[in-house]
Amino acid sequence: MTPTLTISRLTKRFQSVEALTDVSLALQPGKRAALLGHNGAGKSTMMKIILGLIPFDSGDVSVCGEAPGSAVARMQVAYLPENVAFHPALTGEEQIRHYLSLRGENPRIAPKLLDRVGLTHAAQRRIGTYSKGMRQRVGLAQTLIGRPRLLVLDEPTSGLDPVSRRDFYDLLDGLSADGTAILLSSHVLTEVEARTDSILILSGGHLVAEGTLADLRSSAALPTLLLVRPAQGHALSLAAAFPEASIGADGLLRIACAQADKLPLLARITARGVEVADLDVIPPSLEDIYSHFSRRDGQ
Amino acid sequence: MSRILATATSEFRIAFRNRWVLIATGMMVLFALVLAAAGSAPTGDVSVDRLSVTVASLTSLAVYLVPLLALLMSFDAVAGEVERGTLPLLLTYPVSRLQILLGKLLAHLAVLALAVTLGYGAALVAAVLSDPGAIKGIVSLVRLIWSSVLLGATFLGAGYALSALARRPSGAAGLAIALWLVAVVLYDLALLALIVTNGGGPFTTQVLPVALLGNPADAFRVFNLSAGQAVAAAGGIGGAAGAIPLWQSAASLFVWPVLAIALALAAFRKVTP
Repeated sequence: MTPTLTISRLTKRFQSVEALTDVSLALQPGKRAALLGHNGAGKSTMMKIILGLIPFDSGDVSVCGEAPGSAVARMQVAYLPENVAFHPALTGEEQIRHYLSLRGENPRIAPKLLDRVGLTHAAQRRIGTYSKGMRQRVGLAQTLIGRPRLLVLDEPTSGLDPVSRRDFYDLLDGLSADGTAILLSSHVLTEVEARTDSILILSGGHLVAEGTLADLRSSAALPTLLLVRPAQGHALSLAAAFPEASIGADGLLRIACAQADKLPLLARITARGVEVADLDVIPPSLEDIYSHFSRRDGQ
Repeated sequence: MSRILATATSEFRIAFRNRWVLIATGMMVLFALVLAAAGSAPTGDVSVDRLSVTVASLTSLAVYLVPLLALLMSFDAVAGEVERGTLPLLLTYPVSRLQILLGKLLAHLAVLALAVTLGYGAALVAAVLSDPGAIKGIVSLVRLIWSSVLLGATFLGAGYALSALARRPSGAAGLAIALWLVAVVLYDLALLALIVTNGGGPFTTQVLPVALLGNPADAFRVFNLSAGQAVAAAGGIGGAAGAIPLWQSAASLFVWPVLAIALALAAFRKVTP
């Protein structure tokens, strides 16, 4: 299958600052990729290049087989900017009708789109009276126009409450099942972990990691943490048996171990039998993996 | 074309909600009625009908008011989108920057056309009520309406260009006022000063006609005064109108809007969101 989005050796400079350096990636139809990175890592710059809003210095970018920003590419790409804004004097429905006409679609389906994002009750009110979450939904509604093959979403869930976030990801699931490729940036790592297929980490303009969460977990090789609660009266003997453990104020033994050592260690712990009251295995979280990769570049 | 119309529909709605339609129409009607009332006094010994005299006064009014209205409506066009943050999303849509500009132009021209038609129309009603024979002058009134719309198009285009150059509404507003002062007020003052110092020398015969045609506001005045044969009723710069062939001032009226829009497009293309 040909990728919906291909970027190879992309470099973008702002005067003397390199905003993106030698970035390469591919996004297949129907795949959802999360773009992570600290503020100023180059996420928004990369999105604007994909949309053809700003030029780039070297490398190749191909959107649905076309140059970014070309008429054909723009027909097939939908965008949700960070802090999306609309003219305050228009109502939600008028704004969506306008966007439908610009994409050559029938403006009469505007109420249907607003219904899909749960805005039917406010469709006839001016956007100037909307809350940030409601404006975000208008922004989402306009990305559903036509059948975009690529969705570029910059912080799409900011300003949404937890229930709306879940609805939003359900909406994305439906789109990706239809073959739409989705590139989204987010700071909420837990939702990214659950609802995307792959993760891209930008740091200082470099793509420092790319892959599924499992790939990143194994290549980061971060230690797994085991928390052992000693049974009543066995704390000392257990501590003597595991000299590598540190003992917290709560009386728990904390043992960090590499992925490969996890099962042998578990065997040693379970061999202690009644001395162990409880055991928790805590794999490295996405936060840990994320800071591991973005710190590697001197952050 | 449908994209231009869609943009125009939204822009007209915005202009209506921002009370621009009301303000522009109200201003034009008020000033036209004042002029019609004031202009009715000295017409006794002039051989032309009352409406033609009113048209001559309306021309002098329109030279100031139409560019002002056009600049006030247009200075926000690009800078406002940049400031609100609506431009990046708009530019990812399959719509060209020319289509966006033409859509805005169409909506703003509709507002201007409405305002001048109602304003001049009010003057027509006032003139006909006091002198039924004034209806003969309707040809010059219709000419004034469409040439006002062309003049407006020029300054709308110039306003878009300034808006794209400034990228901030406050800066664009300052530039728009400066352009209005220079093109509409100071330009004429400078020409008058030169006429006075130069007398009937080569400046008045050679340079002045070119200078008048080079400014869309003066071309508009010259066109309406010479076409209406009401030159006698107007003084000042208008007196030079007789020396310029009608087709030249008409050409200037038609060429300027195209130039202004081309300028606006060039400036808009330089805006990176």
